[in-house]
Amino acid sequence: MSELEEPARRHRKVGTPSPTPSAVDTQTEEEASSVEAAERQSLDPPDKKHAQNAERLVAALFLLAFVAGCGFIAAYVGLEVGSSATPAGANVVDAVFRSNLALGLSLAVALLALGTGSMIWVRHLTPDIEIEEERHELRSSPADRAAFQHEFAEGAAITQVTKRPLLRRTLLIAGAPLALAPLVLLRDLGPLPGTSLRHTVWRKGLRAVTLGGLNPLRPGDFQPGSMITVIPEGFQDNDDALAKAGVILIKFEPGQLNFPDRYQGSTLVASMNWTIDNTIVAYSKICTHVGCPVALYEETTHHILCPCHQSTFDATNGAWVIFGPAARPLPQLPLMLDSDGYLAAASDFTQPVGPSFWERG
Amino acid sequence: MSEDAVKIPQALGGVGGWFDDRFHGARGLRVLMRKVFPDHWSFMLGEIALWSFVILLLTGTYLAMFFVPSTNQVIYHGSYVKLDGIRMSEAYQSTLNISFDIRGGLLIRQIHHWAADLFMVAIMAHMLRVFFTGAYRKPREVNWLIGIVLFTLGMLEGLFGYSLPDDQLSGAGLRIFEGVLQGIPIVGTYLAFFLFGGAFPGNSIVPRMYIIHVLLIPGLILALITAHLFIMFHQKHTQMPQYGNTERNVAGQPFWPYFMLKGQAWFFFIFGCLVVLSTFAQINPIWLYGPYTPLAISSASQPDWYMGILEGSLRIMPSWEINFLGHTLTMSVLIPFVLPLGIIFTGAALWPFFEQWATGDKREHHINDRPRNAPVRTGTGVAAICFYGVLWAEGANDVLADKLDVPLYTITWIARIAIFVVPIGAYFVTKRICLGLQKHDSSMLTHGVEIGIIRQLPDGAFVEEERPLTEVERAKIDSKKVPLALPGPGEPDENGVPAPGSRGVMGWARGVANRAFTETVAVPDGHGNGHGHEAIEGEGEHAAVGAGDSGEGGEHGAGDH
Repeated sequence: MSELEEPARRHRKVGTPSPTPSAVDTQTEEEASSVEAAERQSLDPPDKKHAQNAERLVAALFLLAFVAGCGFIAAYVGLEVGSSATPAGANVVDAVFRSNLALGLSLAVALLALGTGSMIWVRHLTPDIEIEEERHELRSSPADRAAFQHEFAEGAAITQVTKRPLLRRTLLIAGAPLALAPLVLLRDLGPLPGTSLRHTVWRKGLRAVTLGGLNPLRPGDFQPGSMITVIPEGFQDNDDALAKAGVILIKFEPGQLNFPDRYQGSTLVASMNWTIDNTIVAYSKICTHVGCPVALYEETTHHILCPCHQSTFDATNGAWVIFGPAARPLPQLPLMLDSDGYLAAASDFTQPVGPSFWERG
Repeated sequence: MSEDAVKIPQALGGVGGWFDDRFHGARGLRVLMRKVFPDHWSFMLGEIALWSFVILLLTGTYLAMFFVPSTNQVIYHGSYVKLDGIRMSEAYQSTLNISFDIRGGLLIRQIHHWAADLFMVAIMAHMLRVFFTGAYRKPREVNWLIGIVLFTLGMLEGLFGYSLPDDQLSGAGLRIFEGVLQGIPIVGTYLAFFLFGGAFPGNSIVPRMYIIHVLLIPGLILALITAHLFIMFHQKHTQMPQYGNTERNVAGQPFWPYFMLKGQAWFFFIFGCLVVLSTFAQINPIWLYGPYTPLAISSASQPDWYMGILEGSLRIMPSWEINFLGHTLTMSVLIPFVLPLGIIFTGAALWPFFEQWATGDKREHHINDRPRNAPVRTGTGVAAICFYGVLWAEGANDVLADKLDVPLYTITWIARIAIFVVPIGAYFVTKRICLGLQKHDSSMLTHGVEIGIIRQLPDGAFVEEERPLTEVERAKIDSKKVPLALPGPGEPDENGVPAPGSRGVMGWARGVANRAFTETVAVPDGHGNGHGHEAIEGEGEHAAVGAGDSGEGGEHGAGDH
């Protein structure tokens, strides 16, 4: 790098700061006389008329910023939002949008006028002075490096740490449990998972009620074709329970459903037929990929689609995965009719619902 | 400057003197004021990120005064009547209140959200600029690594930030996040339970995300930005390859007053643009999404743009789960979670060191490369953009399917193929284009610029007149530097023995990489490379006229004859 042939410079070399403080002074003095004559003239822009026009424009923009800034304050004071401040019957959303428009517009005009004004200022009102600094290789001189290493080693020797391994080792031992302490403190961030991921609140005889209306359902209450989301009765305000226990009910025409044996490795994953009359089937609504609710149902193809990552399950076929990243069918909830003839769970799910996890087996 | 040119204000002497008596600041501040900042439009990209961050801090502090980070359930009876009587968390309710009951609250919320998106856009654009111009090379590798960490922190900060309002859309995102955590081998369920304070959704996640979002990550980002700027300041900025710029100088306008004024102008301009967006372009209208409930979801849910690559990775992945010694390994979650961003971030982090290894170039570089003059780097960068872009587009495959009227599964299948084909194709096409542009540069040096005057020769032929390049034009082309060709496997180096680095599998790999890095279009003799110290003429099909002998220790064509 040192023997570079440099092309002629277009930059004037002005007041180059040097790495050592003492050099700055000498250099400044040396260069002062030669440089200042040139610099004195160039402090003003070359074209006086042009500069005057630019000044007026910048001043106009700054005045605009002033007016817009006042407008912002006026909009804040003048345009109330919220139902308590607006007259009864007024549209609160419209009031917010009106306020947003007025505040945003005035603030934007003020900021853009300030920005544009500053830019014109620096472009047209200042002379175009370029300067040049020298660049030095970043590595220190060998002498500096050696001196540093020497002093560091000397300091270390003074502490005796190099000579007394007992000190070194006991210090390390002292530090180890303290370093672990913050990790230990994290333990109470949450309970251990235990077997909680394997269970939901469903149990034998617990009624399924619709998500919105909380109505229990009889088999004759709904028609073949549609998909209904149901939840365990009494858990409508328990998000932790719902996040696992949401279920979709689908009613089919007789003969549409079939449950062939499906294996993953040697594990039987789907074949269970826990339907009502072979027409109503209940699947977990929690996608087996990463847990989104599988909310889309295509009636003609009987496909259940997860809107997040498009895992697609065949509802007639044990919710078998036919497309997308999910690796397992949606678990089926065993169904029964309770003594009043309402749909209820025959048991909890027989396998964990939702995303896969290491301990799932 | 002498007194007759500039009048020194009394205050500067008085107050300045008071401080200088105590801090000895005059000398240091003078150096600081004269600090040179090279000028190029692309050097402003990082500054956009900086100012966006400042705006994020300002607006975020304001929002924190009103936001309630709690999932305590309440029944809403506020200004937004459409949600009257609905059960929701205090977090969601307070976000509604910020939007509907606090004057300017909606504006500040939208500025905060737009600024976050712009912050990430600016970091990415800045990183691409740094990559394609080779500005990450020695001595700036550490700043490059800091940049990568800043980008990942920004992703996490954004995810936690937009999840705070506890609305339906972001809640679905959190559910996915929790599902992904669960999938991590061995520790996954523990991580999820510790972060969420038990089963999803629990009551802990919002306050925990809040403190991470407003203190922990911003603190880290602020510290890293500070380090980033100090290192940049200390090492001095790179400059573009142009007339007058050398490896030994840094030319441009001084900090005071030019950069100060420009920085001020740029801050107001960026702030103004964000306010324009926040006024006219609605973002994250949480009142339309509704409060989070675990069993509802809207279709075509999209995360903020910087999380799109993870979303696309999850969508592109085919179903795959294996049983490992009685444990579930859910590859259809793990691979999308780890692999794409792992490839991009790890690849980006290792690249400067890979390039040093492949080229044997351990020198400092302060003049940026023109992308065409580093075909392997430019090709790799474009391949990475394509890789990212395919996954990013796949993250919106349902929207694409809807807008383009193409079946959803077809889009996913196209993406599954494109993710392999497009980056590889893009690499080779880009490399060819770079070499083509080099060839053009080379012919500019030999023939000059066609000036548009057609002349008929006495024999009837037509020729176009040309003029030689000006010094300024030539300086740009002459900035090309080609890495040294390393001795091949077993070939003697300058000491006459096979270089240790050329042996074995790694030596072979290094040779292959080195040949790719040294492929170039030769600059003809007599128009050599102004910084020709390291120039080496390429061999093979791209060697143009005057290809020299590459055997002289790789030094050829020095000097501007």
